[in-house]
This record gives sequence, C-alpha cells and structure tokens, in this order.
Amino acid sequence: MSSKIKLVVIGNGPVGHNFLEYLVESGQSENYQVTVFGEEPIPAYDRVHLTAWFETQSVDDINMVSDGFYPNNNFVLHTGDKVTKIDRFKRVVISEAGLEVSYDKIIMATGSYPFVPPVPGHDRDNVFVYRTIDDLEKITAAAKTSKVGAVIGGGLLGLEAAKALMDLDLQTHVIEFAPRLMAVQVDDGGGNMLSKKIQDLGVSVHTQKNTQNIGDGDSAFHKMSFADGQELETDIIVFSAGIRPRDELARQAGLGMGARGGVVINNNCLTSDEDIYAIGEVALWDNKIYGLIAPGWSMAQAAVDHLTQTGTSEFTGADMSTKLKLMGVDVASIGDAHGTTPNSRSYTYVNDREEVYKKIVVSEDDKYLLGAVLIGDAAEYGSLLQFMLNKMELPSEPEGLILPSLDGSSSGIGVDALPDSAVLCSCMNVSKADVINAVEAGANDMSTIKACTKAATGCGGCTALVTQVLNCELEKQGVEVNTDLCEHFAYTRQDLYNLIRVGKIKSFEELLEKHGSGLGCDICKPTAANILASCWNDHVLNSGLQGIQDTNDYFMGNMQKDGTYSVVPRVPGGEITPDKLIVLGEVAKEYNLYTKITGGQRVDLFGARSEQLPDIWRALVDAGFETGHAYGKSLRTVKSCVGSTWCRYGVQDSMGLAIKLENRYKGLRSPHKFKLAVSGCTRECAEAQSKDFGIIATENGWNLYVCGNGGMKPRHADLFASDLTEEEVITYIDRICMFYVRTADRLQRTSVWMDNMEGGLEYLKSVVIDDKLGLVTELEEEMAAVVDTYQCEWKTTIDDPEKLKRFSHFVNSKSHDDNVIFTTEREQIRPAVISERITEQA
Amino acid sequence: MTTENQQWFDICNIDDILPSMGRCALFNKQQVAIFRILDQQGQEQVYAIDNYCPFSESNTLSRGLTGSITDKVVVASPIYKQHFDLNSGSCLEDESVSVKTYPVRLNGSIVQLAV
Ligand code: SRM
Ligand SMILES: Cc1cc2nc3c(=O)[nH]c(=O)nc-3n(C[C@H](O)[C@H](O)[C@H](O)COP(=O)(O)OP(=O)(O)OC[C@H]3O[C@@H](n4cnc5c(N)ncnc54)[C@H](O)[C@@H]3O)c2cc1C
Ligand code: SF4
Ligand code: FES
Repeated sequence: MSSKIKLVVIGNGPVGHNFLEYLVESGQSENYQVTVFGEEPIPAYDRVHLTAWFETQSVDDINMVSDGFYPNNNFVLHTGDKVTKIDRFKRVVISEAGLEVSYDKIIMATGSYPFVPPVPGHDRDNVFVYRTIDDLEKITAAAKTSKVGAVIGGGLLGLEAAKALMDLDLQTHVIEFAPRLMAVQVDDGGGNMLSKKIQDLGVSVHTQKNTQNIGDGDSAFHKMSFADGQELETDIIVFSAGIRPRDELARQAGLGMGARGGVVINNNCLTSDEDIYAIGEVALWDNKIYGLIAPGWSMAQAAVDHLTQTGTSEFTGADMSTKLKLMGVDVASIGDAHGTTPNSRSYTYVNDREEVYKKIVVSEDDKYLLGAVLIGDAAEYGSLLQFMLNKMELPSEPEGLILPSLDGSSSGIGVDALPDSAVLCSCMNVSKADVINAVEAGANDMSTIKACTKAATGCGGCTALVTQVLNCELEKQGVEVNTDLCEHFAYTRQDLYNLIRVGKIKSFEELLEKHGSGLGCDICKPTAANILASCWNDHVLNSGLQGIQDTNDYFMGNMQKDGTYSVVPRVPGGEITPDKLIVLGEVAKEYNLYTKITGGQRVDLFGARSEQLPDIWRALVDAGFETGHAYGKSLRTVKSCVGSTWCRYGVQDSMGLAIKLENRYKGLRSPHKFKLAVSGCTRECAEAQSKDFGIIATENGWNLYVCGNGGMKPRHADLFASDLTEEEVITYIDRICMFYVRTADRLQRTSVWMDNMEGGLEYLKSVVIDDKLGLVTELEEEMAAVVDTYQCEWKTTIDDPEKLKRFSHFVNSKSHDDNVIFTTEREQIRPAVISERITEQA
Repeated sequence: MTTENQQWFDICNIDDILPSMGRCALFNKQQVAIFRILDQQGQEQVYAIDNYCPFSESNTLSRGLTGSITDKVVVASPIYKQHFDLNSGSCLEDESVSVKTYPVRLNGSIVQLAV
C-alpha cells in the first residue's frame, strides 16, 4: 500500500471545515492522512449565524459538523490547540500544546480577527469583540450586571452586535466614525434610511464620532470621549471596527504577503510555497481580502480541485453583493452601489412612510444594471442581482424595477428569461441549470432541492428566486402536485374553507353533495367539522355536526388507550383559587380519577368512562369550571408567569393579559391546536418563544412573537412586532389567527404554516400590519363573531338530555365496559396491562 | 349470511343511533358495534361488527368515524385510525387482521341482531 499524503489543515472555522467536506465529496479523502488544528475549543460552527447562539445559548443550532464526520473519515481533529509554527525546512507544524506533525501539504484557513484600534482604554474590563462563541459568552455574562452597551463600528457586523446587545436588554448605542452606517455597502440615502429604521427600534445611532479615550464613568462603568468633545457613558463596549487577516503564522513561515497583510494566493489558492494553500478570510487574491463566506467556499473548492486533481475550478474573484436582515431590517447592496462607474446613471425611490429606500445604478445607455442599494424592502434583490451578473438587458424604463407596482403584480424578471448558467445561489454556487437538473431528476419541493443542490442553505438570500425557478420548471414539466384533501374532496383545506364560507354551507351533507363524493371519511369529516366551527361556531353536538366530529370532540374528552377519557377543565392562565383546586380534588376522589398537573399549567383527570363524563362535568360546571378544549383542534392554554404583580423583575401584568387572552380565544376551532404564553419580563419564565403566539413584556409594552412550536420539531417563534399596547397585541393575534384559520392546511401548526409561507414573516407582516390584501377588517369581524358566540360546550351539553344519550357505553344496557380495568400505582389508578388483567379476572 | 331460521333479537330503536354513527350493544355477553349508515345508493343500512379493536385492545370501534374508502363502507378505529370494512370486518391496512361481523337487520324501526 502506498503511503498516504500527510495533510495538515490549520484553522477549523467554516471555510476550513468546508474544505474537508469537499475533500470527502471528491472521493479522494482516503488517500490523505488528515490532521486538523483548531484554536477554538469546539469544532467548526457557522460564524455567519453566530448571533443565533443567543437564542438557545447552545452551539447545536449553529454546529456545522455532522455526527461522526471526523472519526468516520479518519480525520484527526485537535480542538483548543493553536499552530504556533510552520517549519518549512523540517516540513513539520508545531502546536501550542507541543504537538509536532509532519506534512506534505498544508491548508491554511486561519480566518481573521477583529481589529481593535489602539484607543487609550481599549484594554479595560468589559470591552469585547464579536467573533466567537467565547466572545458571546463573555458579553452575556457582563450584560447581566449592565444597563448600557455601546458598539464601536456601524458596519454590518457592528449592527449585528448592536442587535445582540439590544436583545440582552441593554440600552444600546452604535458609534460610527463615518457619516453613515454601513458605509462600505450603502450610499448616503440608504445609510440615512437605515439609521432611521434602527433608531425606531430603540438603538441610538451616533455617526461621525471618533472615539479618543475610554476611561472610568460616573453613572456607568466606562466613559467614552469623542473628538468633538462629547461623551457617552456605557457599561459595555464592543469593538467592531473591521477585520484583519490572521496571517501571523504565514508571516512567521515566510510566505508571500500583501502590503497590508493577507497571504497571497493564486487562482488555485496556492501561496508562494507550492505545498501550502490558503483559503477563506486569511487569503489575499488580486490584492483583495473577501470578508464573506461564499468566496471562502469557492476557494475551498478550488483548493480541493487542485490538490486532488479531481476538478478544474479556480478562484477568480467573487461578487460582493449582499442581502441581509439587520435587526429585522432588510438591507441589500449590489455591485457598484455608490455609482462610481463613470457616466453611470442612478434612479432612486424613497418612501418615508414605509421607510423604504431603493436605488439602482445603470449604465449610461440605461441598458445594464451596475449596482443597487435596497433598504427596508429587498424583495427585488434576487432579480436585480441576476440582471447584473448575467449582463441581461434592462427593460426600457429601468426605474420600473424598483417602483412599487400599483396593481400588486411584481415587476422584475421572469425567471424563465434567465440563462441556464445564471448563478442563483452564490453562497453554494448553484446555477439555474443545477436546479433544473435536480427537478428533472425528481426533486419537486424546496426541501429536496436544498438537500440535493445545497441551494438556499447558506445566507438564504436566494430562496425566493430558487423557489420561482423550481415552480416554473415543475409547471413546464406538467407536474401537478396532488393536494386533494382525500378521495372524497378534490380540494385543499383552504379551498374547502372558502367554499364553506362563501357558499354559507352549514353541514357536511351539504358540502358533500355540492362539492364531494362518496360517504366521506375520518379525514374530511373532522376537517369539515373544524372549518364549520371556525366559520359558524355552532355547538359540536348539534344534529348534523355530531357524526363528523372526531371521537375526542364528540365525547368532549381525549380518548385514552383503554377507551376511557380524560377531563381537563380550563384554568385560564394557570391561575386557580384554593376553593376550585379543592373541587378538582373532590371530583377526582369521588370518581377515582388519576390526577396529574399537565405541561400546560392545569390539571388533567384521567380514567373517566364515557358514561361518567356528564356527571363529572356537571359537578365541575357547578363549581364554575369550563371545558378546557384539550380534545379540540383549538386553543389549548395560555401559559403565564406571575409577572409584575408579585415578581421583583416583572415589568407588566403578564397574569392579567394571559387570562384575558385565554378567555378571548378559548373554543376557537383552528387547523391544529394552538398555544399562547405571556411572560412578565425578558427572563421569559413562561417560555413564550416556544408557543404559536408568545408575548413578552418590555418596559414599553409587549413584544409579540409568532409561530413557535415545542413538540416534535421545535421552532423558536419569530419576533412579529415590538412594544405593543395590549389592544395592539389582541388586534394582531386576532388577525393572524383568522388568517391561519383561513389558509393553513389540515393539522398544520403555525410553525409549519410559517415555514411554508411564501415570503415568510415579512409577508405575514404585510398582510397583518400593512393590510396588503385588504383583509384585516374581515379577519377582525370573523374573530369577533367567534368570540361573541362562545359557549362552554360541556355546560350546554349537560343541560340537554338529547345530547347526553350517546354517553352510555351500551345502547341497550346500563353495564360498564368490563374491559376497562385499573390497577394501583403510587396511590392512584392506572390502566392494567394484559398480564395484570388476567390475574385480576381469575 | 342471514338465513330464514335465524332467531332475531331486538336491540334498540334506529333513532337511538344517530345517522352515520355507531353505538355499542351488549348481546350474548358480547360487545357489538352497530352502525347506521345511508349508503352510496341512499339506502339506510345497518352494520354490526365486534366493538373490540384488536390494535388498541380496547372496546372502542363503535366510537369511530364512518365513511367510505373507494367502494367499501368503513369505520376508522378512534385510537390508531385503522379502517375496518363494515361488510366483511377485514382491516384495510393489514390483511391479516379482521374483526367478527354479526347478522343485523332493520325490522321497521327496530334494530335486530341474530345469533
Ligand atoms: C396532558 C399533556 C401531557 C401532560 O401530562 O402534561 C398532553 C397530553 C397529550 N398531548 Fe401534548 N400534552 C400536554 C402538553 C403538551 C406540550 C407542552 C405545552 O403545551 O406547554 C406540548 C409541546 C408544545 C407544543 O405543542 O408546541 C405537547 C405536544 C404535543 C404534540 C406535538 C405537537 C407538535 O406540533 O409537534 C401532540 C400530537 C399532536 O397534537 O398531533 C400532542 C398530543 C397530546 C395528546 C392529545 C395525544 C392524544 O391524542 O391522546 C395527549 C392527550 C391529552 C389528554 O388526554 O388530556 N401533544 N403537549 C399536556 C396537556 C397540557 C394541557 O393542559 O392542555
Ligand atoms: C457576527 C458575524 C456575522 C457574519 N455575517 C455574515 C454574513 O451574513 N454573510 C457572510 O457572507 N459572512 C458573514 N460573516 C463573515 C463570515 O463569518 C466569515 O467570512 C467566515 O467565518 C470566514 O471563515 P474562515 O474559516 O475563513 O475564518 P474564521 O471563521 O475566522 O475561522 C478561522 C478559525 O481558525 C482558527 N485559527 C486561527 N489561527 C489558528 C492557528 N494558528 N491554529 C489553529 N487555529 C487557528 C480560528 O480560531 C478560527 O476558529 C459574519 C461574521 C461574523 C463574526
Ligand atoms: S418572566 Fe419575569 S416577571 Fe415573570 S416570573 Fe420570570 S422573572 Fe418574574
Ligand atoms: S445565496 Fe446565500 S444561500 Fe443561496
């Protein structure tokens, strides 16, 4: 066996890791004996999404390394160990921990470090940078005892750091030396609009400020003094004043360097030593450092191709256009954003009401797009970028590309017009042809496209465009996705909803007769029951509706594995008087029910036989309880924390709002169950961000989060709007709820609904806040109708002998089901398992 | 299935069972699930199968939702949702499983079962 080539990878950041993935993909990795050094204590994580770490403070969300990747490929990874020397003469690398590893080839992927200008006081305590998880941990710890935070640097990363400080509940300042924010990527008009939007969010922006000294503060930990004589007091400072390549190792090894740093590479990413490659942010190509991830990945691919001779790709520069969301604000910059091309023309659209700024820069003859800046709404990013990259001829009045179209149709290009070679996803270098090939090979939805082409898995900026190409191709192939609800209805749930609402259909028979076939089934019947309830809110056991309810809805209890039911009275917000608590205990005792506190802040009584349900509920209703709808596809609970009434940290009355919301939405039938929670402060004891609607108190009101989920596939809720009044919270939830009821699929939680919504959160905002579809009055009225017709289903039922008939187990006998057998465990009943039944019956 | 010399027993009035739904009857110490269904021809039909669901090992089939799957009239188990053909008792999802069927008829407005 020929001996393997010894390959040492220095740096285990995103680019170094991607190099290894490409190496495996090349099929050549077995010919290499790979040793990897990473200075950070954990394996590669996705630095682009570093800020996501705050959400869970766990690296899991941004981990880049799939399970077993290193051991399975026999790659040796030394984390927490820095390479301190490359000895090109002895051909070894030496690490801080004292390891000495010999090499045939080296991949240098050491990235960059944040530049901290030598301002006096820059080395004080509570001064940080924003680059690694370690940095974030330190900032989080310091924030616990701080009130004010300042970021020095108003570029892309500075604003991201500012968002983090704001989320840590610090009063946040951004200090920028230049006259505007994001000076590199956007022009004056765009920078001003961006400032305005960011100030709206509560961040103070200070431009043209040159920090000259950092010393002790009076009211806060530091005092910053600026060249113009002004001062600012702050507890925390984060420097974000640019990055510098981490080229100290290359310098030590004597490799060719740029005048201002960076390791010089050629198109194959080789340095001046033909056994050493450099990729990512440490590399200098054509005198340029690329501070973005996509060029790093192209370099990694070029290096693999050259090293293994399995491909021919080269790194020949990269487009630096970017689209991102900073504090929820869309910002995009394309090509020559500043219009520096001689004789170029520009067109600008400014909308102060909606705080949108758009500019395009075109060639002298109006034919070609050279650059663009989009602030506040970057929907056109994808198509504008394609115009520029593919040098496509612009329409005759190019300004139309950024003007809002009054009829609601979208301007821009038809994706069909794009050449096959057009790169749709620059992060992953996926062309239109790649997507078409994938569709031809059978991919017919975005998740499959993502899995097989990797398109849209980086920054996500290309998602809309890739989806359009996908849909266009599917259409061309005549592929029709069957979205029929079931064999009885050739409609989606949304279609049925509209048919029922518009046709004023009140029963399943009518629906089946007009729009369906056959007898119906256990899919369409409950779906219809659910929609009928959302629309008309009649009692579930009204004649005509009974036969289509799921058994849980019919018996108004959840059927357990042995055919008995659970009883869950509503306890709004989880608040309950001792007297009521005693009633629950007494009822449970009388009927010998297993009693448990649920995960939803209420009490569940298990083991009731169907014929016992009416008596149990009579006792509960008499004591003032209502049904908890644990059985319905409807509101479950509004989880609460005790809030400002008792808690020393609470800033609003979370208890009061939780109870109000629970009483408002109780009984509303929806495509799937939905849950709310209200926390009294940012400590979030009610876990609101895991709910369909989460409300968190702020000093100024309430922040509303939407479309979170626990359960099988957890999803954090998205921030929908900030600092709302109670009335605004209710209005928005009303609207979103009814929009969900209208448009979601059967058994689709809000989380999945959101993930499948074209345009996502921004689209939902445009519908709910800006009333883009002209729907909000209707939605509010529909909700009001449901709220006004609320009845406790159990209360109505126990008063109606007709409705009670079916609760007895036998139609012709008063006996019980003798197959329901309990045994005792921890002093309570539980269903007996088979072996226990035999002995008990014997 | 039904023969002339079968002995029929009255179980309940047809109105005790709501349209397109089932009820459980106690018959010869057996739990029998009886369903009342307007079939695809618009005829009022009654069906009777075991109430015992072999998948969940519970007496629950009478509480399932009824309907049709292609040309078969079925009930869906309320617990794990398998479908049973009301004519034959066989499970649509798993051929090896079936439940017993019982002779049943409507005599005027009286539902009757036979041994
Ligand atoms: C009783 C309870 C567990 C407990 O002992 O604490 C419970 C019990 C059931 N859950 Fe749950 N869930 C309970 C809290 C939760 C929670 C926690 C919460 O709400 O804070 C979750 C995760 C949060 C979430 O929903 O996002 C939860 C996620 C689920 C799921 C998964 C949903 C998902 O989107 O992935 C199901 C299955 C489903 O609905 O399709 C489910 C379904 C069920 C069902 C209805 C299963 C069934 O069909 O028999 C259980 C019967 C309840 C009964 O008989 O009363 N339960 N379930 C909790 C009742 C809370 C209440 O007071 O109403
Ligand atoms: C907050 C934030 C947001 C960002 N957002 C975006 C964005 O939206 N879009 C975008 O394109 N880019 C973004 N970036 C930039 C992107 O993260 C970088 O382009 C990318 O991380 C570069 O990858 P790299 O592997 O070259 O370098 P790095 O990520 O810096 O990784 C280099 C690794 O090598 C280690 N190392 C260094 N020297 C040694 C040594 N001698 N021995 C061993 N290990 C060593 C370092 O500790 C580090 O772990 C963002 C960056 C940050 C910090
Ligand atoms: S969320 Fe806030 S107010 Fe509520 S209990 Fe926790 S700390 Fe107290
Ligand atoms: S362009 Fe970033 S994911 Fe496609």
